[in-house]
Amino acid sequence: MSTAAAANRSQLPYWVLLGIALALAWGLYASGLSDDILRYRKDIVYLTKQHLVLVAISGSAAIVIGVAIGIWLSRPWMQRWADATIQVVNMATSIPTLGKLALMMTFLGIGALPAIVGLWIATLLPIIRNTYEGIRAVPVHMLDAARGMGMGPSTILGRVELPNALFVIFAGARTAMAVNVGTAPIAFLIGGGGLGELIFTGIDLQQYGMMLAGAIPTALIAVAVDFLFGQAQYWLVPRGVNPLRHN
Amino acid sequence: MIRLEALSKVYGTPKGTVKAVDSVSLEVREGETCVLLGPSGCGKTTTLRMINRLVAPTSGKIFLAGRDTDAVDPVELRRGIGYVIQQIGLFPNMTVAENIGVVPRLLGWDSARRRRRAEELLALLALPPGEFADRYPNELSGGQAQRVGVARALAVDPPVLLMDEPFAALDPINREAVQDEFLRMQEKLRKTILFVSHDIDEAVKMADRIAIFHSGRLVQFAAPDELLARPADAFVASFVGRDRTLKRLRLIRVAEVMTNDGAASIDKKAPAVSPDDDLRRVAALFLEHGAAALRCIDGEGRVIGVVTRDAVAARLAIEDSP
Repeated sequence: MSTAAAANRSQLPYWVLLGIALALAWGLYASGLSDDILRYRKDIVYLTKQHLVLVAISGSAAIVIGVAIGIWLSRPWMQRWADATIQVVNMATSIPTLGKLALMMTFLGIGALPAIVGLWIATLLPIIRNTYEGIRAVPVHMLDAARGMGMGPSTILGRVELPNALFVIFAGARTAMAVNVGTAPIAFLIGGGGLGELIFTGIDLQQYGMMLAGAIPTALIAVAVDFLFGQAQYWLVPRGVNPLRHN
Repeated sequence: MIRLEALSKVYGTPKGTVKAVDSVSLEVREGETCVLLGPSGCGKTTTLRMINRLVAPTSGKIFLAGRDTDAVDPVELRRGIGYVIQQIGLFPNMTVAENIGVVPRLLGWDSARRRRRAEELLALLALPPGEFADRYPNELSGGQAQRVGVARALAVDPPVLLMDEPFAALDPINREAVQDEFLRMQEKLRKTILFVSHDIDEAVKMADRIAIFHSGRLVQFAAPDELLARPADAFVASFVGRDRTLKRLRLIRVAEVMTNDGAASIDKKAPAVSPDDDLRRVAALFLEHGAAALRCIDGEGRVIGVVTRDAVAARLAIEDSP
């Protein structure tokens, strides 16, 4: 009962989105724009692959390294530096992603590498912050109980701290990936390729079919990635600490 | 079983050093429940936490079953001591059965054995395993969670339990129920228990002996009745309260003050008590009925003795009570 209700809650937006998507598709077909878009079929396939590579590499590297840095900052011996580090992270987060990409281009030139590094940094920061805050939010008495029962530091991290912080960590990763996917098109501006090529060229040439040939797959990727992370958050976070699964 | 020798803990603060625990020596016998009692900041919790080395002593020795705990790895030491805290500290990411299985898992028990043990303990604590084993802590009431906390501490059947105000967060009705259940269980299990409390009524109810702390020092270590009858100093007297005689009533059973003299001649309408009642009931009947003597009857209603006001007064006046 409770599970079904929660599942409905998390699926409802996707049904709404599907409805809107169908309406838009019909609109495109009726207006004849769909032919314009489908003319770029080959480009769409090629650039989507490129786009996905950008997102996958920068995103997965950000999750792995961001979680690791977040854990590291939460260790007792880092306590003195952690707050200052998080302040720096917060400041870095406020730099617009376009600015980060431009900075990367200054250091690394043009191409896929500076684009991936720029996206990686943009994605990394919310993950570090949420991992750190999530672990810090585990109540002291719970850690006291764990220690008092004879758990060592690594067992406490693996069986108590991480599972209890997991929901917040996932929330961070989900937000970060939304930023990542949303920003990936501007990688084109520093020669990183991806679907931005169709979008920006389409805008410049006032070719709406071309622009949409880039924009629609970008939107679909964003929805798909968010759906994937939403499902992972729902199923992978233990039921006892998963607000989505409480009755 | 547990022996503390001149145990001290000194903290350095910007204002100078503070002696949180000041040269405490005491011995708790096997199977005994010892309550460490005192106001907050008196050093009782620090003393408890030094036993499982969550706090490192500044000086002094702790022996568990004759073994110096300095010589034992702290993590190993803690796995062999049950630990219950006021906030319970159940892990919300684990089910009830998994919570109980924490220490068994650290000791490498397989999952079937952990599960069996969890179900056994839940049954012992009056929580039907079928209903509770797979619940998460957020699906438990306060009293149920605290029972699970106790079950978790008992998981590997440790001879020693350390309990830090375990029932303090429960509402009064639940607290009574959990205390009663705990006493029944302790009667069977006979663990050596060190129990921190700030509540004199709880201490009198639970303890075989009470250790009263004041500003880091152990000021009196005695059985509840003796503590109430003969407080060692003005602090103890004020801490146990001016109604300490009333508190003693619960500790004395009718059988201790019952006499056979006059059993034959007593008024058949005099109120009756059983030998297992405590003196609270006797006092209530004296006050309610104005009677001078009560009948003491056995299970079949036969008069087996009488309880007189004089006998009760004499018992309460005993200075050298055990």
